[in-house]
Amino acid sequence: MYYGLIDGSDESLKKFLRDLPGVDAVGADSRAAMLATRSIKTTSKRWAIDTAISMVDLTTLEGADTQGKVEALCAKAVRPDPTDLSVPSVGAVCVYNDMVSIARTHLDLIGGKHVPVAAVSTAFPSGRASMEVKIQDTKDAIAAGAAEIDMVIDRGAFLSGKYIDVFNEIVTIKEICGDKAHLKVIFETGELVTYDNVRKVSYLAMLAGADFIKTSTGKIAPAATPPVVLVMLEAVRDFYEMAGVRIGVKPAGGIRNTKDAIKQLVLVNETAGPEWLTSSLFRIGASALLNDLLMQRMKMDDGYYASPQYVTID
Amino acid sequence: MTFEYAPAPESRASVSIKPKYGHYIGGKFVTGEKHFPTINPATEEVLSSIALGSKKDVDAAVKAAKKALDVHWSKLSGRERGKYLFRIARILQERAREFAVLESLDNGKPIRESRDVDVPLAAAHFFYHAGWADKLEFAGVGTKAKAHGVVGQIIPWNFPLLMLAWKIAPALATGNTVVLKPAETTSLTALLFAEVCEQAGLPAGVVNIVTGDGSTGALIVNHPGINKIAFTGSTEVGKIIAQSVAGTSKSVTLELGGKAANIVFEDAAIDESVEGIVNGIFFNQGHVCCAGSRLVIQESISDEFIKKLQKRMEKIRVGDPLDKNTDLGAINSRAQLEKIKELSLAGDAEGAERWSPECVLPNKGFWFAPTIFTGVTQSHRIAREEIFGPVLSVLTFRTPQEGIDKANNTPFGLSAGIWSEKGSKILWASQKLKAGVIWANTFNKFDPTSPFGGYKESGWGREGGRHGLTAYLKGVSHE
Amino acid sequence: MSKRIDVKKTYKLFIGGAFPRTESGRTYEVKNSKGVFIANPCMASRKDLKDAVVAARAAQGSWSQATAYNRGQILYRIAEMLEGRREQFISEISELTGVTVKKASDEVEASIDLLVWYAGWTDKISALDGATNPVAGPYYNFTIPEALGVVGFIAPKKSALLGFIAGIAPIIASGNTVIALASESAPLPAMSLAEVIATSDVPAGVVNILTGKTAELAPWFASHMDIDGLDITGLDSKFVAEVKVAGAQNLKRIHSFKDVATPGRILAFMESKTVWHPIGV
Repeated sequence: MYYGLIDGSDESLKKFLRDLPGVDAVGADSRAAMLATRSIKTTSKRWAIDTAISMVDLTTLEGADTQGKVEALCAKAVRPDPTDLSVPSVGAVCVYNDMVSIARTHLDLIGGKHVPVAAVSTAFPSGRASMEVKIQDTKDAIAAGAAEIDMVIDRGAFLSGKYIDVFNEIVTIKEICGDKAHLKVIFETGELVTYDNVRKVSYLAMLAGADFIKTSTGKIAPAATPPVVLVMLEAVRDFYEMAGVRIGVKPAGGIRNTKDAIKQLVLVNETAGPEWLTSSLFRIGASALLNDLLMQRMKMDDGYYASPQYVTID
Repeated sequence: MTFEYAPAPESRASVSIKPKYGHYIGGKFVTGEKHFPTINPATEEVLSSIALGSKKDVDAAVKAAKKALDVHWSKLSGRERGKYLFRIARILQERAREFAVLESLDNGKPIRESRDVDVPLAAAHFFYHAGWADKLEFAGVGTKAKAHGVVGQIIPWNFPLLMLAWKIAPALATGNTVVLKPAETTSLTALLFAEVCEQAGLPAGVVNIVTGDGSTGALIVNHPGINKIAFTGSTEVGKIIAQSVAGTSKSVTLELGGKAANIVFEDAAIDESVEGIVNGIFFNQGHVCCAGSRLVIQESISDEFIKKLQKRMEKIRVGDPLDKNTDLGAINSRAQLEKIKELSLAGDAEGAERWSPECVLPNKGFWFAPTIFTGVTQSHRIAREEIFGPVLSVLTFRTPQEGIDKANNTPFGLSAGIWSEKGSKILWASQKLKAGVIWANTFNKFDPTSPFGGYKESGWGREGGRHGLTAYLKGVSHE
Repeated sequence: MSKRIDVKKTYKLFIGGAFPRTESGRTYEVKNSKGVFIANPCMASRKDLKDAVVAARAAQGSWSQATAYNRGQILYRIAEMLEGRREQFISEISELTGVTVKKASDEVEASIDLLVWYAGWTDKISALDGATNPVAGPYYNFTIPEALGVVGFIAPKKSALLGFIAGIAPIIASGNTVIALASESAPLPAMSLAEVIATSDVPAGVVNILTGKTAELAPWFASHMDIDGLDITGLDSKFVAEVKVAGAQNLKRIHSFKDVATPGRILAFMESKTVWHPIGV
C-alpha cells in the first residue's frame, strides 16, 4: 500500500512530507528560465508541435456550456484541421460531468472512439462541498462514460496543515475510479503559492494513488508557470526512483501559444526525461492553444505565416 | 519518444572580421609589424591575424594615453566624462548580437552565455561606472583623491569583453587613460570595442588597445610612463608582476586564480544545489577564476547527491558554440586542453575515480567532456591546483566546521559557495570562509555594483562597486 | 502662397500613461511674458488628483521592484528623448518666459544633464546610505534604504523645466511614483515633458502630471491619505504651515529643497530598513 513509503497514518505522512528537501525559489525560477532559452527549430519543432497537439486536453468548462458547444468541441478534438487530416487528434476532451455523456456519444458518432472524455470532478473548481457530493460527482461522471477524472484537492485543508484529510479524499476518489478511469489530481498551485507546497502536495497526491498530477483548474492565475511545472516534473522523476512507477503531469491554464507549449516539452525532456513525452504521461489543459499550434504547423509546411481565418473557431 | 533538438545556429552574418589587425593607438588603427594567427577553438579555423605589440607600439600607446590625459581628459568635468561612458554602454547594447557572436567565435564559449551573460554585463558595467564619474565626492574617497594617470591593463582570455569592461569602465570614470592588452588568443572583441570608442566620439588616446603576448604584457608592466597596473590572470604571472613593480611607485591590483569550494550541507535545497554545482564548474567550460571547482559535500547526503549530479550532467549539451542550445563549448586553446588533460591524468594516477557522461565530441577543435572526480581528498593535486576546465573534484565532510576547514585549506581565496536552507548557518559559514566573494544558494553571479576579488593568493583589491572604484584613485587606499 | 497656418496643440493632463482632459472640464489661460495668449491648459480638479494617486499607487509596486539598473536606464532614456527634442523645449521656454534663446538653451541642457545625473544614482544610493552595522552580538545586521511609496510634488513657479525635473527625477529614481503639479504660470514645459516621458519606456503611472491652480490643489495633495510624501519646493511660504498641518494626518514626509542636484532629494523620500539575523550553525 502507498508504494511501501508510508503507512497511511497522519504521523507517517507528515514525517514524509517534512523530510522532503526544500525548493529554492530563485534557483527554480532560473532553471526554468534557462530551459526556456532552448531554441527548437525545423524538424524538432515540427515534431514538438504534433506531439503537443496529441497531448492537448481540449477543454470547455463554462457555466454556459450546451450540447451544441460540447459537440463542436468534440468534432474539433477529433479533426483539429478539416483541411489536413494528417493532424493528430488531441489527447482528450475535458468537460463538466453533466456533459460527459453528450461528449462520449458524439465522439463515438464522429469517429472519435479513440479520444477519451475527462470529467472535472469533486465540486470543481472550488472543491468546497461535502465528501458525499464529491463522491457522487465522481460516480456520475464515470457512469456517463468518463475515462479520466480530474479531481480538485481541498486547498483549505492543505493550507491549514490537514494533510491527512487531503490525502484520504484522494484515496477515496481513487477507489471509485478503480480501473474504469485514471485519476488526475488538481492542486490549484496558484492558491498554494510556494514551490515548497507544490513539492509537498505532489508527493502527497502520488502516495495517495494519483495517476496524474495537475497544476490548476485554469480558473485563476497564476496557473501552470514553468517553475511550478519544473518542481512537479522533479517530483515524478524522483518518485519513479523511489516507487518504480511513472506518474503523469498535466499543466493547465496559461499555456496559450506554441512557444509556451514547446517550453513545456523542453521542461519535460530535460527534467523527468523523454519517457514522459507521450500523452499517457503528459497532457496540456488548454483551449486557445490548439489553433496556435495549427497555425504554426501550417507555417512550417507552407513557409509563410498563417491567419486565424484558416483555422476553425471550434 | 526522444526529443532531439535540431541544430539552431546563430547566424555569423552580423560579424565581419578583418583578415589582419593592427593596434588602436591615439584614436587611430595603426598597423603592426609582426603578426600571429588567431583561431576559432571549436573548429581550428583561422579567424584573423593579430599584431604582436612591440616596445615601439607600447611606447606609442603610453605616449598617446599621457597626451590625451594632459591635453584633454584631465580637464574634462566628471559629468562630461560620464557621458562618454553612457554612450559606450548604449552602443554595446545596440551592437550586442555582433559582440556575442564574435566572442563565441573567438573564445569558444556558447552563444547563449556570451549573449545572455558576457555582453549584457559588459554594457551594464559601463552604464554603472558612467554614473560614478561625476559623483566621486560621494564615493567615500574624500575630495583629494585624483586619478593615477595612465593605467596599464592586462586581461585574460576567459571573458574577453567582460574583463575589458571591468578594467576600462572604472579607469575612465575616475579620470585615468588606458593602455589595454587583450589576451593573445582572444583579441577580436577588444579590437571591435575600439570601433565603439570611435562611434562614441571618445577623445583620441583615452583608450589604447595594444595586442600581443606575454612579452607585450611585460613591456606594459615595466613601462615607466604607466602609473598603475591592473592584471587579471594566473597567480603565477600575478606574482611576477608584483615582483616587477616592487620598488617603483606603480599601484597594482591583481585578480588571480582560485580553487573555490562549493559547500553543500545536508539541509540544502537539493535540486537547486545540483544546478548550482553544475553552473559552478561547467559555466564557461570551467574557465572561470571563481569556478566552484571543488564540491565539498556533507557525507550524509553525498551518495544521493552524486547520483543526481550525474543524471543532470547527462543533459549537458557539448558542441558548436554558435548553436543556441549548446551548454558546454570548446576549450580555448590547445595549450589549455593539454593542461586539463594532464591534471585529469594526475587525478587518475592519484586514485580518484573519474566519471563523464557519454559525449560525442567534434573531431576538430579543442574539447573536453564534463568530468567529475569522486574520492578526492585535500592531498590530491586535483584538489589543490587550478585546472581551469570542466573538471569537478568531489570531497566530503562530516561536520560544518570540517567543511569550512577543508574549504579554507588552500592558498587561494577568491570565492566560495554555500548551499543550505538554514539562514544562520549560511551567515555563520560566510563569516568563517576566507574568500572575497561568497555565494549562498547561488553561484557565478556578477553585477557591476558588487565588489569582486580575492583573499590570499587570489589577488589584491576588488573590482566593481564602490570598493572597485577606489583602486583607480590615488591617495585613497594604502600604497 | 499665403503663410502656413500651424496646428496648435491642446494640452491635457498626464495620468496613468494616458492624456485625459480634466474631469472638471475647466481650463485657464496661459499668456507669455508679453501678455500674448499661448494656450488653455487644463485646470485640474481634486478628482483628477484622486485618479492620479490611484494610478501612481498601482504602478508603485512593480516600479520599486524593478532593478536599480532598469530604473537608471529608463531615466537615461528620458534624457535621450529630451535631447532629441531640445529645440522644441528651447523655443517653448523662450517664447513662454521671454528669456533669450541662449538662456533657454542653458536651462534645457542643464535639465538633460540633471536627468543623466540622477539616472546614475539609482544603483549607487544604497552604497551611500546603506550599511552593515557591527552590533554587539552574533547577528548579521544591515540597513537598506527603500522607496517610500507615492510622492506628490508642487513644482517651482519659475525654472519650469529644470526645477520640474529636479523634483521628479530623484523621486522616481529610488522606486517611488510621483504626481507632479506643474508651475501654474508656466506649465507648458512640464506638459511637453509628459510627451517625452510617454515615449521613454516609463511604465504607466510612475509619473503623473497635473496642471492647474496651486492654491486650489495643494490642500488636496496635503490631505490625501494615500500620498506618502510631498516635495513642496514650489509652494508659496504662506501655505506651508497649512499643508504641513493637513499632512500630519498620515505623517506625510514633507520637504522642500534649495539645490537641484543632491542625493538628499533621493534620500528624503526613502525609508531605512534594518534587518537582524543570527549567525550560528
